[in-house]
Amino acid sequence: MRFNKLISAAAAATLMASGVAYAETLTIATVNNGDMIRMQGLTDDFTAKTGHKVEWVTLEENVLRQRVTTDITTKGGAFDIMTIGMYETPIWGKNGWLVPLDDLSAEYNAADILPAMSGGLSYNGTMFAAPFYGESSMIMYRADLMKKAGLTMPDAPSWSFIAKAAREMTDRDNDINGICLRGKAGWGEGGAFITAMSNSFGARWFDENWNAQFDSREWSDTLNFFVNMMTDAGPAGYATNGFNENLSLFQQGKCGMWIDATVAASFVTNPKDSTVADKVGFALAPDNGMGVRSNWLWAWALAIPAGTQKEAAAKQFIEWATSNGYIDLVASKEGWANVPPGARTSLYENANYKKVPFAQMTLDSILSADPNNSTVDPSPYVGVQFAAIPEFAGIATEVSQEFSAAYAGQQTVAEALAKAQALTNDAMEAAGYR
Amino acid sequence: MARAVTPRRKLFNTLLAWAVGMIIFFPIFWIFVLSFKTEGDAISTPLEVLTSAWTLESYAVVQDRSDYFKHFTNSVIIAVGSTLLGVLVAVPAAWSMAFVPSKRTRGILMWMLSTKMLPAVGVLYPIYLLFIEMGLLDSRTGLVIVLMLINLPIIVWMLYTYFREIPVEILEAARMDGASLRSELLYVLTPMAIPGIASTVLLNVILAWNEAFWTLNLTAAKAAPLTAFIASYSSPEGLFYAKLSAASVMAITPILIMGWFSQKQLVRGLTFGAVK
Repeated sequence: MRFNKLISAAAAATLMASGVAYAETLTIATVNNGDMIRMQGLTDDFTAKTGHKVEWVTLEENVLRQRVTTDITTKGGAFDIMTIGMYETPIWGKNGWLVPLDDLSAEYNAADILPAMSGGLSYNGTMFAAPFYGESSMIMYRADLMKKAGLTMPDAPSWSFIAKAAREMTDRDNDINGICLRGKAGWGEGGAFITAMSNSFGARWFDENWNAQFDSREWSDTLNFFVNMMTDAGPAGYATNGFNENLSLFQQGKCGMWIDATVAASFVTNPKDSTVADKVGFALAPDNGMGVRSNWLWAWALAIPAGTQKEAAAKQFIEWATSNGYIDLVASKEGWANVPPGARTSLYENANYKKVPFAQMTLDSILSADPNNSTVDPSPYVGVQFAAIPEFAGIATEVSQEFSAAYAGQQTVAEALAKAQALTNDAMEAAGYR
Repeated sequence: MARAVTPRRKLFNTLLAWAVGMIIFFPIFWIFVLSFKTEGDAISTPLEVLTSAWTLESYAVVQDRSDYFKHFTNSVIIAVGSTLLGVLVAVPAAWSMAFVPSKRTRGILMWMLSTKMLPAVGVLYPIYLLFIEMGLLDSRTGLVIVLMLINLPIIVWMLYTYFREIPVEILEAARMDGASLRSELLYVLTPMAIPGIASTVLLNVILAWNEAFWTLNLTAAKAAPLTAFIASYSSPEGLFYAKLSAASVMAITPILIMGWFSQKQLVRGLTFGAVK
């Protein structure tokens, strides 16, 4: 009897010890958006399958960027998984700050990830972050107002059509603006939009020798076109409007068109929040006949900082969160319109997902953006709405501030471009590029 | 002789004070209103916001999504802990400066205050590295120390101002009666300075409660206080104003209640020495 008790106690202790050794608690830093919050709500499924627990640190995007950058550059180890974007991934991967994700399981099927996504999240052919969801930008427009204006939106419109439609749809008496676009300062806000737009006008940030190109005719054309169109057909105070301000205007029926992130499609078509949910059409972001469209490419992705003690568990989580199984889980609980879009090829072959009104346009937009060839003339950088160099965020923030000042009428377009040219060249020289 | 105040001037002053008070309070009032609306109603026009249905939906979502009480507990420990530790360090320092001043006292006081002018981000990396070395990252102990150091100049300055109002003769009498330095500080100075110390404590609890740079940058999941709780509802890509407002109301309510009950001491503390 005593022997049996001893054996039972030893067995229980072994089980407990093995359980303790196996079950980890992962700390994950992430952004506050709908898809990420949904994932947090479904974490129990991961815990049930693996035994690992998860602690979330949810922060606003800019705070998160500063927080994780501080931690990874100092090897702080505060996080086991970080949510990062296409801008950081190749830079951090090159610096050896991230764990390569080149040994994910066969079940995970890494080959199913959209090439545009895996390419943008890789350095030297090695993927360093797995896309949780991907996005591009596209036109969301009011089909009823377009019809009222006597126009038909093509699937792939030009900027001249968009400007014409914006002016036709504008109805100042009824507080309807023909077009709502980002003008807010910040490299990820108005800076992202104008850079993507400039690509379609043949402009680029740098030539092959890293000389700034804001003194080019193409940049002047871009900015003048933007300012003229927004003055005639944009909302008052557009210089301070970002994603949220335009989303609010569109949902209240005050925008004829809005060109912005594809993830906005689920917001503007949600009848709970949007007054125009059943009147929205979609089209590719415009071009200017130069072979490059004005849509961007972005992904929120999960990466593991090098040096984490919980690498194996972290990889398990990434496999769970970015797998087809997770997409099925979300679809079963919240419907196909709410699954994280833009990351996997098979999602766009799924008959159920094809019924979602904005699914095909999202895929077409993602496929039409190429981070390796984003400009008409050759450029030395990778990235569509950014240049994947560490200095870009600081420079682009300052440049976008100059542009926003021009939108607000505080200076002319020519003055803004001249200042952008000077400050960019100064910064690139100081950083040793020139 | 006091200047006579005409009824008209009194009315004008009263109305002006109310107007300024309302302007200052309006953002808090609006956050309170939005927190009881749906996300759809929260972005409509002000009139529509006020006339739309009231709901507890956002509070339910916030409560379901976040562990409010963990963040609240962290805030209480960090704010109270850093303030008490600061007072413990500052009382002897302020005593020395007020009652045994040297020719460098004024300079030291100014130097202490000047450290408040340094942008916090300028020392983020050194402090972050120190925290890694000392194992203090994402710990309440680390934040108590950092917030104590940040608020120490204010605590010393406030206590110094109060101590200067206490006649030095009383302390001398205590010494002549054989009181040791410890007894002098504990049983003579501190009881007389209680109102000043209380004001200092209240003000610094509020400052530490609201501190949002270090509390966001030095914490992750374990020691994150209510500032991190609010930050988790802010988003540049998605309209979550109602939830953000609900989270803000939940974060500021404890400190608002504390401020309401202690407003007499706070005002006294803030205006101490202003009128001689």
